[in-house]
Amino acid sequence: MTTLNNPKTKRRHKLQPTKLVRPAKGTQGPYKTPKNQVFQDHRHFGFSNIMLVLVVLFLFVPLFVVVIYSFNASKGMRWTGFSLQWYTKLLFDSDQLWRAFANSFIIAISSSVVATILGSLSAVGIKWYKFKSRAYIQVVSFLPMVLPEVIIGISMLIFFTAVKIPLGMFTIFVAHTTFNLPFVFLLVSARLDEFDFSVIEAARDLGATERQTLTKVIVPSIMPGVMSGLLMAITMSLEDFVITFFVSGPGSTTLPLYVYSMIRYGVSPVINALSFVLILGIMILALSFRKFLKTIAASS
Amino acid sequence: MKGFDVKVENVSRAYGNFKALDDVSIEIKKGEFFSLLGPSGCGKTTLLRIIAGFDSPDTGIVLLDGKDILPLSPDKRQVNTVFQSYALFPHLSVYENVAFPLRLRKVPHAILDARVKEYLHLVQLEEHIHKKPAKLSGGQKQRVAIARALINEPSVLLLDEPLSALDAKLRQNLLVELDHLHDQIGITFIYVTHDQSEALSISDRIAVMNQGKVLQIGTPYEIYESPATDFVARFIGETNLFPAVVKACIPYEDYYMTTLDIPALGAQIKVTDYDDLPEGQHVSFTVRPEKLKITGDKPTRVGKDINLFKGIVEEPIYSGFQSKYYVSLENETVVKVIQQHANYMDEGPDIDWKDQVYVSWSAEDGYIVEVVDS
Repeated sequence: MTTLNNPKTKRRHKLQPTKLVRPAKGTQGPYKTPKNQVFQDHRHFGFSNIMLVLVVLFLFVPLFVVVIYSFNASKGMRWTGFSLQWYTKLLFDSDQLWRAFANSFIIAISSSVVATILGSLSAVGIKWYKFKSRAYIQVVSFLPMVLPEVIIGISMLIFFTAVKIPLGMFTIFVAHTTFNLPFVFLLVSARLDEFDFSVIEAARDLGATERQTLTKVIVPSIMPGVMSGLLMAITMSLEDFVITFFVSGPGSTTLPLYVYSMIRYGVSPVINALSFVLILGIMILALSFRKFLKTIAASS
Repeated sequence: MKGFDVKVENVSRAYGNFKALDDVSIEIKKGEFFSLLGPSGCGKTTLLRIIAGFDSPDTGIVLLDGKDILPLSPDKRQVNTVFQSYALFPHLSVYENVAFPLRLRKVPHAILDARVKEYLHLVQLEEHIHKKPAKLSGGQKQRVAIARALINEPSVLLLDEPLSALDAKLRQNLLVELDHLHDQIGITFIYVTHDQSEALSISDRIAVMNQGKVLQIGTPYEIYESPATDFVARFIGETNLFPAVVKACIPYEDYYMTTLDIPALGAQIKVTDYDDLPEGQHVSFTVRPEKLKITGDKPTRVGKDINLFKGIVEEPIYSGFQSKYYVSLENETVVKVIQQHANYMDEGPDIDWKDQVYVSWSAEDGYIVEVVDS
């Protein structure tokens, strides 16, 4: 191809590169941080700080009061001296309380384990299989979570009496499993939402059989969701009062029910002692499980 | 050459009424870097999944090294896949991800450790072996996926758009690395992509697919320079494409000098072709934008095989190393012209918006891409 332009007459002026201009000393450059930046302007008695202190006080002062009065020598609200009598009473003279505690514990473990198994399986089923009633099941399974507990409690009571199941440990177990299910379902579903299905194909592709894919890939990667579901279910079951109140029968009093019944006959400082023991126990548990919980939070 | 040859014969696959693959036959040679190129929904991924074993065809057979692999489940095929979404196991570290296939086969620890380290070295990831996939960047994840797919020493590596989730710079780097890997390992690579520049720059051969059919199989040069259909011409690179009618076809050296009547240009042009086409035959004519020459002044020497048009620059697009011009010819048909800026001084006058220009190209730079039956 011939050059059709005469380079002598058509030559363009070479462009001068643009020079970077540095601001003179003493003058402010264009990119200097503004002085009144939001995070630098952090006053010690600002609104947010005051709110923080108030909220922390509101949350923890009642707990401290309970702990302090558990060491009170007398029953009333007046401080009369240090004593461990309520702890002695709690440990050696509260058979009923410990029976209630044992009931709570049995129900919490059994119902949350069953709810975790059922909830995880249903989350997997809803996620992985497409069927007609899928959307309805998804909505219905959330109902126990959004309905007021009183309504669930009453409806369960009516149901159990209608089918003539005697109220007791078994009915509480059924009720707790029911209201724990949606929480486990939700947590495992959230985990499954991030689950990349090509991971299953990758495992098969790399030589895993179907069983190996299930045990070595699918179960371990949804485990954090399952574990957090289980922990959540145990907590919910241990603290439930309203539903348990409706479906409990003779001999099946759980800890929250027992504490409530004690309060009705005047506040016994044994409850204060029990509170401190529980606070202490949970704090020790939480601290020792901290690393475990952190890994769950990080991987989910 | 290590690796196996792959033969796909008359494979069809339909999902309901949608034909994902329509009688596809491809032969891939041993150790070849073969690309399946096409727009999304053209069936390229379906074909890859059939070779990997995640899908099975309605009809047809797939031979790996001469043996039918369709009855085998994915874990029994000597084929491994690099997935588009990486598909790393989230609960395992980089090391354990790569070691996964070996652990399944219960490889002794000493051998396993050496092999894993060797492959992590191959993809330059030795520094990150204890990290979980969530802590890695996209490029690093893809390297883990590649190491994991290669550690089983497959005969064929399938890559399903492995670079599509990465940014442009990283994509270029990884593309070069993939090419090196292929040279080092020497097994057959089958690479699925919708990015024509990726396919052109890395492949030994390319199959261009559309709507479940293979339109053309050839080297990148063949596919770019002599597209078989107008779809291929439009999909690979940019082009100017016009319907045309054959006016005359005269033998000229070892080919034919064909005169085409192009209604869109309102003129006749000359193009060389290897076929003796009858007068009145309807065809498609294409010429690449970079083959067109744009000049401010009328070219002084115009040979008899130069096609010359006058036009107005509608839009000049400057992009550093080149400029693209949309030039409206006299009857308002717009053609694309690309001009390289190789040297600073030897350009002509600045061509600007609304300038009057001349567009010319040699008969040898145009192509008749498709003979239209009518």
